[in-house]
Amino acid sequence: MNIAIVIILGVLMLAAAVTALYLKSLSAAVIAAGAVSLLASVIYLLLAAPDVAMTEAAIGSALTTVVFLYALSRMRGTKKEDPRD
Amino acid sequence: MIKRFLAIIALLGAAAVLLPFVLKLPTEEALPGLASEYIENAPGELGAANLVTGIIVTYRGLDTLGEVAVLFAATAAVGLLLKRTGNEGGVSHWRASEILESGGGFLFPLIILYGVYIFLHGHLTPGGGFQGGVVIATGFLLLLLSGSVNSFNHTVMSLVESFSGFAYVAVALAGLIWAAGFLDPRFLPQGDFGRLFSAGAIPVIYSLIGLKVGAELIGILDAMRCKVRREGVTA
Repeated sequence: MNIAIVIILGVLMLAAAVTALYLKSLSAAVIAAGAVSLLASVIYLLLAAPDVAMTEAAIGSALTTVVFLYALSRMRGTKKEDPRD
Repeated sequence: MIKRFLAIIALLGAAAVLLPFVLKLPTEEALPGLASEYIENAPGELGAANLVTGIIVTYRGLDTLGEVAVLFAATAAVGLLLKRTGNEGGVSHWRASEILESGGGFLFPLIILYGVYIFLHGHLTPGGGFQGGVVIATGFLLLLLSGSVNSFNHTVMSLVESFSGFAYVAVALAGLIWAAGFLDPRFLPQGDFGRLFSAGAIPVIYSLIGLKVGAELIGILDAMRCKVRREGVTA
């Protein structure tokens, strides 16, 4: 039962990763990459590694996603500025 | 076309390299030598209920010190690259929605409490300094997103960061003087197994790591955000 859940989550993880590659919108791709981390943290929890799951959920899906989104909006800001300079 | 073909070849090569590890994984019934050594000796030697923390902070304490140093280097690099220019700090343009604003204000103390709990109980329950520090940083991130705080006090943050880094090395040196070696936590009394004040200096070390990691990650988030808002205003 546990193994089945882990396999289902792993397939979902792969699907989210491939979605992140093929999405046109960059911010949607960042969210999909965050979903990969979130699913990975659930798998870690099921495999009895709660502290790794905690790290993955907090760093992988929360902080990294936000840092990527900040970087993305920063890139957009410079792109808007460029023609004026 | 050729690029795609090469990428597929590289992926297949990586899979071929990793396949033996996957096939070997379930066949190992007993723990390898070092791991069983740790499991036999660590509870008696350290008195930490959470064995993982005991191993990370003591036997592999030097690795942890290295990780903290790497994180410090990364934060310093981000701070250097996204240097503050000084003309930001005005009112931000957008306002967060009502729900985010009041929800963030309500959740912030709870998240901070949870983060402090995680690193104070690192020797008892899963988690520890790194996890607690990251949870604290997400609390401050929520405060930033909800727009109730415009900037953080950088003096306090760098004071917390450098104090905890200094104290971490000082505790490690205290182990060198009053116990068996560098990063040995046994110079403080071991206490009762499973209580908050037990396991020697492990909770002290992990609290310091938690403060340091939290301050560094908040610094990264703040550096990136300041840049964003400044350019948002000029654009």
